[in-house]
Amino acid sequence: MTLSFDAAPVGTALPATVVELTRADLRAYADASGDTNPIHLDEAVARSVGLPDVIAHGMLTMGLAGQVVADWAGDPGAVVSFATRFTQPVVVPADGTAVVEVGGTVSGADPEARTVAVDLTVTSAGVKVLGRARAVVRLP
Amino acid sequence: MVALTVDESFQGRVYPARPAGTVTADALRAFARAVRATSPVHHDGAAAREAGYADVVAPPTFAVTLAQRAEAQFVEDPQAGIDFSRVVHGEEQFVHHRPIVAGDELTAELHVDRVRVVRGNAMVTTRVELAAADGPVCSVTSMLVVRAPEGEQ
Repeated sequence: MTLSFDAAPVGTALPATVVELTRADLRAYADASGDTNPIHLDEAVARSVGLPDVIAHGMLTMGLAGQVVADWAGDPGAVVSFATRFTQPVVVPADGTAVVEVGGTVSGADPEARTVAVDLTVTSAGVKVLGRARAVVRLP
Repeated sequence: MVALTVDESFQGRVYPARPAGTVTADALRAFARAVRATSPVHHDGAAAREAGYADVVAPPTFAVTLAQRAEAQFVEDPQAGIDFSRVVHGEEQFVHHRPIVAGDELTAELHVDRVRVVRGNAMVTTRVELAAADGPVCSVTSMLVVRAPEGEQ
């Protein structure tokens, strides 16, 4: 059920969402996306290029954040644009999980286009991992 | 000594549209599972049709999988001088003209919009225009940072 434009005024908060990521999740994203860069899969390679450990694909983090917007809107096709900067890596340990927290707020609304802008806050281990993450969503 | 890691003369280059393949329901389902997209419109053709789509629909960032294959024409060209072990993903943007659905036969046209080298670090912005027979589908813009080798910054 798609959210209506009138039900998403400026200031509306999206439901806060917590996602846990394991190395298996990175493998699944690598297989599904074709992005098999070893810094997301192999500790030795990640360390050799100066990273603390294996890191999640930035596009996996962005995909999880986009999902929070799509679920809130009730229709993945409602997301007409989506942009972000990658500010810090999400480090994923071998024997545990990385926790990614996603929150969002409606920051603007265009009644003529029936679109709203959603600003997302995405953190892991207390650090902002996406910067200027914004989706524009068209609502009926 | 400043090392020009990436060839700035690639800025402005356009790689003509080429087939990006047929989007399959299986590829959409696998991607949807990987980004925790649980809505049945990603997984079940009947549910997607009930929601007004021709078939199962892509999550909002699926287009990156098609775009990255097109970007490889540039970033994997030895002449471009990009050392992929030094690449960090800087920014990504999607502008959707319509949702991608299973069965779509898309083409990908690659634009190298900007190449800028500062103190050996390069910032490279590419844009992939995905289109179908019925018109534009998605514009995917990606900014990569290629870090200078140590000691050359």
